[in-house]
Formats: sequence, structure tokens, C-alpha cells
Amino acid sequence: MVGCGAVGSLFAAGLAQLEDVEVWAYDLDEAHVAAINAGGLRISGAGDLVGQVRATTRADELPPCDFGIVAVKSMHTDRAMADTAPALRDGAVCSVQNGAGNEELIAGHVRDVIRGTTFPAGHLVEPGHVGWDTRGDTHIGPFEPSPAPMAKVEALADACTRGGMPTHALEDARGAQWRKLIFNAASNAIGALTGLTHGRIAEPPTRDLAWAVMAEGRAVADAQGITLDMSPEELFDFAARKEVAYDHKPSMLQDVEAGRQTEIDFLNGAIVDFGERHGVDAPLNRALTALVKGLERSRA
Amino acid sequence: MSLNRVVVVGGGVIGSLYAAHLARVADTWVLTRRAEHADALAAGGLRVSGKSDFTATLRATADESALPDAELVILATKANEVDEAAVRLAGRVPSATVMTIQNGLGAEEIVRAHGERPLVSAVTFMSGVRHADDHVEYELDTETWLGPFAATTTYERAREIEALLVESGLRARAFPDLRPAQWSKLIFNATVNTVAALTDLPHVSAFAHVEAPTDLGRLVRDLMDEGKAVAAAAGVALHEDPWEMNVHAVRRGETEAAAGAYAHVPSMLDDVRSRRATEVDFITGALVREAERTGVPAPLNTAMYRLVRARETAYR
Repeated sequence: MVGCGAVGSLFAAGLAQLEDVEVWAYDLDEAHVAAINAGGLRISGAGDLVGQVRATTRADELPPCDFGIVAVKSMHTDRAMADTAPALRDGAVCSVQNGAGNEELIAGHVRDVIRGTTFPAGHLVEPGHVGWDTRGDTHIGPFEPSPAPMAKVEALADACTRGGMPTHALEDARGAQWRKLIFNAASNAIGALTGLTHGRIAEPPTRDLAWAVMAEGRAVADAQGITLDMSPEELFDFAARKEVAYDHKPSMLQDVEAGRQTEIDFLNGAIVDFGERHGVDAPLNRALTALVKGLERSRA
Repeated sequence: MSLNRVVVVGGGVIGSLYAAHLARVADTWVLTRRAEHADALAAGGLRVSGKSDFTATLRATADESALPDAELVILATKANEVDEAAVRLAGRVPSATVMTIQNGLGAEEIVRAHGERPLVSAVTFMSGVRHADDHVEYELDTETWLGPFAATTTYERAREIEALLVESGLRARAFPDLRPAQWSKLIFNATVNTVAALTDLPHVSAFAHVEAPTDLGRLVRDLMDEGKAVAAAAGVALHEDPWEMNVHAVRRGETEAAAGAYAHVPSMLDDVRSRRATEVDFITGALVREAERTGVPAPLNTAMYRLVRARETAYR
């Protein structure tokens, strides 16, 4: 596990339940690593379990691994892969991160790459203990320019599913990834700039803007020949329900409020980049990217 | 007609700067909202520091019925307070030409709706900091541009006001038609104010960075290009290029920042930081409405308008 934050911990603890899997976690949070090694990795909330995981802050302590799962924030992907590549070079490495563009970075360090998108979410309660907020499915598939063999994709999906994280192995996982990316690009950037929760973003005066931002994302997906597996607009309205996530502060808003760097380059910025590569202009996503980068600059 | 008496409505930064300077050359009254504000001005005068340094003696009241007749009214409220000010002035100060100095477009029509008067449109680039009811710091001593509104008054009238402002120590310039200047400032403001309000950045050099596609200066330039297309469709030839205004202001900011003297916070950013209603309806909103009227697409300005409105609803 490359990055053992909230999402990484859900996978690590789940996989550690399996007799045929040995889980190592690489994370730079020393207190978290020490707590995991002392008492195991504890998950509570949507599921309760403790996983026996070997954690380390030093990549050179990792043994050669069959699989890598990358769950660091996107802006740390390149650095984390450079550190862990010696242990992962002969394995297949799967991203379960937000946005688009991580697989390209991973492929700069290892050959067999797996594209992935995950919905479960959680938060760090204390070192060694993660709260599981929402369950959800994960979709993985070979990363086309530098693909892992389908047999490895299926083996990883099987292990994750047996470990309690339902995972689907697909020949083409781009539809799931871009559906989530398009949804996130609208909700996160607008939330970060306005301070609104997800449900209020789905109302005027931002509703039309959110839909226009998603339409640009769709055009960029279309230009790449990607068929979305679900409608991001329907997902947006579903999440805006009172009983689902009306009052949820998008994670980018939480990042901005905490003075942290955001994943804007891998969300709206990725829509702009992929659009440029395929001849599709995405002016609203470009504007939101520039504004969020400006906001990061003022908070720095 | 000579200009012997002036009423300034509103004792914010801009109103205070006009009133204090004009008090040196004319009988000057300030109409405030709060009685204690008027009392402080009447008792100890109005101090100006910064680019000018003096204390002006003037008359002040919060009671509009106490105002005498005058030759000039300067309406120096926020754009969203013009209607309230026009109501207070209705039927009063009957001989006055009213000069509006609000950001954006539309203040003149609001005043006109409360009775026909000679109207002078103005835009000002002055800025300052309000330290107290009776103390304002004069930060940027830039010009006020003014001109007759529609056919309600004459260019000569605007020239007389220009002369009075210059005599008082302010910088001013009259135009036969203000719209080219008003629109230059509208486009500049619609962009710089909304970008600042959403990013929490003062008007810094990043506003002119255009190297990468997602650099902030690219957005600034794209927003201004939309505004220029709307101006062209509305038949207005701009007085100054808003992008050049932006680059120039940022450069000046950098030079003065190096001397530790400058960090310009656009008014909309100040409003957002203080969780007040912004003037976005009169600035970007006016531009978007003109875009719709003329059939020119303005998707980026529309997005900025919606984002700032949404940001207001999040804290109000």
C-alpha cells in the first residue's frame, strides 16, 4: 500500500484479513506507522476490523511485492512511486486515487499499471485508527498505454473483494474513472471557491454552472472514445439528496479551509490537459483550475 | 453657474476623500447614515493622511431634511445603496447636479427613477483606507473621470465640476462622453474584483501571469476579452484597454510593494472578507445583462457572477 491514509487503510486492513496476502504499508506519517505496527490497523464505522499490516516510513524496507495499490494524494504520486519503485518494479501497480493523470505518473516508474477508481471514503480518527464513512465499489482495469495483464487485474479484484472491498475487473475502466472525475471536478472546485456544501451547489445560482462544467468533461471523455458507465449528472443529483450528501463539504473545500494543497491539477486541470491533447477546449474547467490555484496561492 | 456648495452622500472611503478635499474650496456637507458619524465629523473635522495630510472642517448630518440647497451632490455610496440614497434625496437639494461615482453600470438610472435631475456620470480610481469615522487614508491619488449622463446636462457642467475637483487638490478629467472610460473601468473591475473575491488574492502580479494555460492571467485576459466583445457590440469604443490597465496596475503594485507601501485589496475582496453583500450585481451582473441584450456570449463572466453570488449565499 503506497500511502496508508483513509482510503489506503480501508484496502490495507481489508486485504490483511486474507490468509494468502501479506500487506505492507508505506506512509510518511510516523505516528500512524508506529501505531499500526504496535496494535494493528483498526477500522470502525461502516465496518469494524483490525488488520495486521507491516508499516514503514522507509521505502527501502519494503520487500519485492506482487501488487502495489497507490492511495497517496495525487500531487505526491510521482515522488511516492520514485521511492517505492524498487519494491514494485516486478509487480502490478494500481491507482485508487482521485482524478485522472495518476496512472501516467505511475507508468513512469513501473511497467504493469492498473487504472482504478474507488468510492469508499473514510477519515483518520487517530494514529492507527480510521473511520469508515461510506461503502462503495471499486472499478479496475489495465492502463492501456502500459497495461498489466488482465489475469493480474482479476487477481487483485478478487483479493480486494474477498477482503471486503467489492472490486470489479474491467477491460476498460475509463468509463468509471471519468464519471467520477466529471462529478468531482464540478462539485469540488465550485465547493472550494464558494464554501457551499454539495447539496447547495446543485441549486441555483451554481446548478447551471455545475452542469456546464460537467458538459465540458463529457466532451473531453467523448473525444477519447470513453463511454461513461453512469451519468455524472444523475450522480450529482443523487448525492444532493438530504439523506445522502446534501451537507457534505467537498474534500477540496476541506483542503482549502485547512490550508492544504488541493488535487486541482488531477481534477479540472486533468480535464483541461486531456482536452488539449484531443482538441477539445474546456474553458470553464480552465477557469476553475486557475481560480483554485489562485486560492491555494493566497492560503500558502 | 458657480459651485459654492456641495453635498457628499456617504462617508465611506471615497465619500470622505471627496468631502475633505472639497471642503477646502466650497461649503461642504456630508450626509451620513449614522448620527454619531455626522457628530464626529462636525465636532472634530475629517482628517486625511497618506497622499494628502490635513484636517478639513465641514458640515455633517444624518438627517436629510437638514440639508440646504446646493449646486452639486456627489453620490458616494456603494452601488447597492444608491436606491436608498436616492429615496433620501428625492425632492431635496433641488438645484443640484447629481454626480454618481459607483462601480459598474446603472446608478444613474436608479437616481433618475426618483425624479429628473441633471446627472453627471463619474468613475474614480482613487482608493484609500478608512481608519475611523473621522480619519481616512488617501492611498491611490488617481483621477476621477466624469461626463454628462445622456442629455440630462452638458459637457460644460462636467468641466465646471472637473475644475472644482482639481482646485480642491484631487485629480479629475471631464469627457464629452464618459461611456468609453466607464466601460474600460467596468471590464477591468468585473474581472479584477471577481477574481480577487474568489481567490482571496489582492491585485498581485499573478493577475498578469500568462505562461501556462491555467495561469491566473490567462483567465483575467479571457474575461476581459469577453467584456471587450460586449462593449463592441454595445457600440462603445473603449478609452483604455483593460488588460493594459491590469498590467500597469500590477507593475505599479510591485514597485510600491517593494517599498512596503502597497497591497491593493479590491473592494469586492474586502466585502467578501467582511462578509458583506458585494457589488457584483452592478459590475459583472451589468456586463452579463449587456451581453444578453446584445447577444454576445459571455460564459466566463456568467460563471464568475454565479460563483460570487454563491459565495455570498454561503456566508449571508
